[in-house]
Amino acid sequence: MTVREVARQAYRESLPVLALSAVGGLFAGVVLGGMDAELEQVAGLLVLVPALLATRGNVYGSLGARLGSALHQGLVDPTFSTDDERVNAAVAAALANGVLISGIAAVLTVALLSALERPSASLATLVAIALLAGFISGVLLTVAVVSVVFVGYRRGLNPDTLAGPVVTTTGDVVGVATLLVATRIVLALGGG
Amino acid sequence: MGVSEWTVRGIVRRMLPVLVVLTAIELGSGIVLNTFEATLLRYPTLLVLVPVTIGMAGNLGSILAARFSTALHLGLLSFDVDDDRLVGNAIATMALAVTVFPLMGAGAWLLQKVVGGTRLTLPTVVGVALLSGTVLAALAVAVTTITTYAAYRFELNPDDVVIPVVTNVCDVLGVLVLFGAVRILV
Repeated sequence: MTVREVARQAYRESLPVLALSAVGGLFAGVVLGGMDAELEQVAGLLVLVPALLATRGNVYGSLGARLGSALHQGLVDPTFSTDDERVNAAVAAALANGVLISGIAAVLTVALLSALERPSASLATLVAIALLAGFISGVLLTVAVVSVVFVGYRRGLNPDTLAGPVVTTTGDVVGVATLLVATRIVLALGGG
Repeated sequence: MGVSEWTVRGIVRRMLPVLVVLTAIELGSGIVLNTFEATLLRYPTLLVLVPVTIGMAGNLGSILAARFSTALHLGLLSFDVDDDRLVGNAIATMALAVTVFPLMGAGAWLLQKVVGGTRLTLPTVVGVALLSGTVLAALAVAVTTITTYAAYRFELNPDDVVIPVVTNVCDVLGVLVLFGAVRILV
């Protein structure tokens, strides 16, 4: 292949996925742009944003990949029930990872801000927001990933190519929106 | 595959350490955001650009990394400035950035205009997005090429190493470059 052919093929194959994730990212951005009041009130909240968004992709993208591989190998059935031990374990582990790493990110944020002598909300406030956001977004993304992977597989689609775009488009929106909801709940309960 | 492959404890134990390292890297970009938080809060249109810029920088890097990795596995890639696949994919990455980033800028401006009004002009926001995208694409090509080459030299599987490194490094670079573009143009 010539340079021109390589470039043209790479461009054509990548553009749709990038366009889709741009749309998801823009909607996440609109939510972030609308939470300026909360960002101002809770010092350090913005520091958490990139870490929380990356976590959503890393944890629930990996859940999708794991379920996709297991479907291909015939290890799990694409049916919605609560008695498949493998699916239950994969979902529970993803939720545990998602919630734990959100809490760890909040603790590291407070430590980092205090080391840099920059203003920061209390440890309890940021940890509470991160844990709550981690839990709500985890439940929503788990439902989204499991549904799309199972339904897609039953309709003859390759789950490996479905999970990635679903997580990249919904992950950012769900990540920012749940951060806003969690912040409002914690502030209403007296944090800040 | 061990017995812990499908246990909660096994999955958490294998993934959590990696997540902690990636989170520490991502907090770097959080600190950069914190540094120009006042500007972002004054111009919410720029805040709208934050998640999509981070995401797109990571996506450009990870797509390029996946393509390099596959070509390397198939023995079709050599690290030479004359290599067709290397140069072709690098050109495609630049072209994708130049296509997508201005549209993202226009989209961010339009959405913010509809939702809450904007103090920045359309050309300024498109300019910030285009400048960020062009610089980011060049950096994504450099980071991906160097990381893939390093994995190849150290005989590591590029699928395991390159994609997480490139995606998270590009996330951090995304915020840094956006910061630079805002400093220059706003």
